[in-house]
Amino acid sequence: MARAALQRRLSWQLAEVVESIDETPRVRSIVLSAPDWQGHRAGQHVDVRLTAEDGYQAQRSYSIASAPDDHKLVLTVERLDDGEVSPYLVDELRPGDKLELRGPIGGYFAWDADTGGPLLLVGGGSGIVPLMSILRQRIASGSAAAVRLLASWRTSGDIIYATELERCAAVDGVEIVHTLTRESPAGWGGRIGRIDQAMLADVAWPAQTRGLSFVCGPTGLVEAVAAGLVGLGHEPGQIKTERFGPTGG
Amino acid sequence: MDAELVVDGNALAGVFGELFQHEMTIARGTCGGCGLVGPLAEARVYAEAPGAVARCPGCSSVLFTIVKGGGRYWLGFDQLRCLEIQAVD
Repeated sequence: MARAALQRRLSWQLAEVVESIDETPRVRSIVLSAPDWQGHRAGQHVDVRLTAEDGYQAQRSYSIASAPDDHKLVLTVERLDDGEVSPYLVDELRPGDKLELRGPIGGYFAWDADTGGPLLLVGGGSGIVPLMSILRQRIASGSAAAVRLLASWRTSGDIIYATELERCAAVDGVEIVHTLTRESPAGWGGRIGRIDQAMLADVAWPAQTRGLSFVCGPTGLVEAVAAGLVGLGHEPGQIKTERFGPTGG
Repeated sequence: MDAELVVDGNALAGVFGELFQHEMTIARGTCGGCGLVGPLAEARVYAEAPGAVARCPGCSSVLFTIVKGGGRYWLGFDQLRCLEIQAVD
């Protein structure tokens, strides 16, 4: 457990943008080349720092979307229109641009292939990003852990990684469930409505499997899902949560 | 308190990393208000204040505060009664 309990001294490093990928009109994935990067655990995040010409600095945390075994560093960022950092990352950043970052950060909301499963991953909106790192690592590592991902979106157009998630769903032991909260499109094969205890009763592993749950999203969703899982008999210690608020901008 | 302004102790991992060699989000704290024991990652964190205020998820007591500015850190300990930190050999 040494890797979880002890960390190298955190220092800022320069990364170069290799590629940027439009995921949705509001969300972009940024592929980075960071020469000093030492690797990460699935679910961890980085701090990104921008410095204006007058020296003003703004710093935000972003989850890592790539798997450790991908051997590349990818962040996925949602534009918050009143944010100080995310509009620049989503709209302005181009391949060849440099970015100051430090990490990986956070040893709590992290999963290693040898931890096993079964795994329940529940995300709301861009809360799916660290869960995608875990899902990608589950697949890249060849882990046999059974995994179910339950993702909540406002509309079908908001779904991040939609094509990749379809491919993931074809992998043995991987199940993907989407739910939409603000529309009910014709022909929609997923679920409708906010995640509640009834939906969790259908989708979550039975409590007696003692599976591990990772829940990431806005505070309201995280609280509702954690309470729902506890209500179904899951042990609080088996539920890992990460809440993000407006400071994510 | 506006629920959307609250995040959790995961958001403190960066500043913890500046201060401590050990991964503090997995350190288990004991609340002096209600006795709840849990990882600091599960603390409710209000980061809109001049610094960060971490509250107990059980009873909302202020556990600790971290303020950084003017080239120094201030750590205030309120109801954080005990910290259990995983040792590394």
